[in-house]
Amino acid sequence: MSDSLSFKSVAELSSLLAAGKITSLELMQSCIDRISAVDGKIGAFLGFDQEDAIAQAKASDERRKNGKTLGPLDGIPVGLKDNISLAGQPLTCASKMLKSYVSPYDATVTARLRQAGAIVWGWLNMDEFAMGSTTENSACKKTCNPWDISRVPGGSSGGCAAAVSAGMTPLALGSDTGGSIRQPASYCGVVGMKPTYGRVSRYGVAAFASSLDQVGPLAHTVEDAALLLQAIAGADSHDGTALVNPVPDYLREMDSKKGPWKVGVPKEFFGDGLDSAVREQVQKAIEFYKKAGCTITEISLPETRYAVAAYYIIATAEASSNLARFDGIRYGHRSDKATDAVDVYSLSRAEGFGPEVKRRIILGTYVLTSGYYDAYYVRAQKIRTLIRDDFMRAFNDVDFILAPVSPTIAPKFGEKSNDLLALYLGDIYTIPVNLAGLPAISVPCGVAHEMPVSFQLIGKPLDEVTLFAAAREFEKAHDFVTRHPQL
Amino acid sequence: MDHLAKLARIALTEEEKAHFSGQLGTILNYFDQLKSVNMDGVEPSAHAFPVYNILRGDEPGPALDVEALLRIAPASRDNQVLVPRVVDDEG
Repeated sequence: MSDSLSFKSVAELSSLLAAGKITSLELMQSCIDRISAVDGKIGAFLGFDQEDAIAQAKASDERRKNGKTLGPLDGIPVGLKDNISLAGQPLTCASKMLKSYVSPYDATVTARLRQAGAIVWGWLNMDEFAMGSTTENSACKKTCNPWDISRVPGGSSGGCAAAVSAGMTPLALGSDTGGSIRQPASYCGVVGMKPTYGRVSRYGVAAFASSLDQVGPLAHTVEDAALLLQAIAGADSHDGTALVNPVPDYLREMDSKKGPWKVGVPKEFFGDGLDSAVREQVQKAIEFYKKAGCTITEISLPETRYAVAAYYIIATAEASSNLARFDGIRYGHRSDKATDAVDVYSLSRAEGFGPEVKRRIILGTYVLTSGYYDAYYVRAQKIRTLIRDDFMRAFNDVDFILAPVSPTIAPKFGEKSNDLLALYLGDIYTIPVNLAGLPAISVPCGVAHEMPVSFQLIGKPLDEVTLFAAAREFEKAHDFVTRHPQL
Repeated sequence: MDHLAKLARIALTEEEKAHFSGQLGTILNYFDQLKSVNMDGVEPSAHAFPVYNILRGDEPGPALDVEALLRIAPASRDNQVLVPRVVDDEG
């Protein structure tokens, strides 16, 4: 049973459930069996509550038996990046700081998945507090890329991407601040989407950089990603940044959106630093759209060259402020060496945070220091304006933008960790999208150096539908959905 | 680095200070490229799109469970979170 279900799409699983050919309990059990079989090698899960997952599966089967099925996600397991709250369950953000934390409430996305009947389960590994792009910054464990266990899965949602890729959960929810969904999805050969900033509520999701963070799906197929986004998108009285714009019926509108599209290809995203084998695969995707009748236009996004600098100023500044809440007082690690209140803060934070988190807090503190604030933070925010203007200008002429996700395939462990700047520059194609608040989907499109490669489609604000439609058209004409790592 | 560690309320070791200070130098050098960009008349964006206040009716609703919150506190007593003394006893 287990292997035959591991790589099925949600659409397939949903129809098997509807036809009574499988039960949710069998599906859940097959995920658990798959974890037993392969996760010792991969390390995607920090853990999961088997009893709770089984209970949710049984409840779904019961609903189905009574004709009260809640929708296409009913009975489908959705794994959560370990920065998304599940009431009564641990939430560590892969940090020692939250080693013994238990979520007192559900994140809005968790609550919505429950309403849709999904089985919300598992704590998926990540870079500590989502800071990193390899998952090597996890204080908990190492996660390997299922396609080559000597390589990283990407990050920071590395556990999500590895778990879906290795068939341990059909869906996962991650978060993307500078590429943290799209890049690991690309490294692991699965679909990943960062929705428009504000499309999905962040209530109950541990904050990293609040003007950039966005929750989104990782899945085997484009349609599965759309199904998952459908369940979680929309306004939320607990999150003032969650957009009130109505959520379209993604699947239905996808069907009615037809090409040929006007596709923009930004020349700045194909410059030096892009691995030639990766470039070749992305070029093939451009050729595909061209053959499908799309107009391919070279565009220029000149200000994106400053995106990495602006991002690391804005993101670290916001992180230094957001992570001030971890002070050892109300929750999280408290140092037992502290004797006064200030010591509680300083020692608890020194003991609880790992090196990358400390580094970013210090950097963020620096750029916010009076005297440097205008030179760094305000300038970075102006760069954000210029970058957004670049994109919006481009969208006068094109329907969406096609670009690589990452300049390289998944690196080997430790390959880049000594060169911080090189590591930060790895996010060069994903970061501008977060700064501009745009939706983008990462779609598997080829193999380079025997590892998966994806391209990303970047859309107009709130135009997820066009991205889904165009991505699905590519997906249907290729067989990447049927390729899986041998484990 | 001492000043930053104090502002950030992280007790960094001497080794960490030395390590971070070198790395910070490299990154700040990289940030210097922003200084040459002409930003006359450019408005800063705190978010990618304008964010507005959203108000709701001032009506009581369910709050978080006190017991669940106290369970995750590092120390608690009498239904309250316990912290080290903050104000000196003047008596």
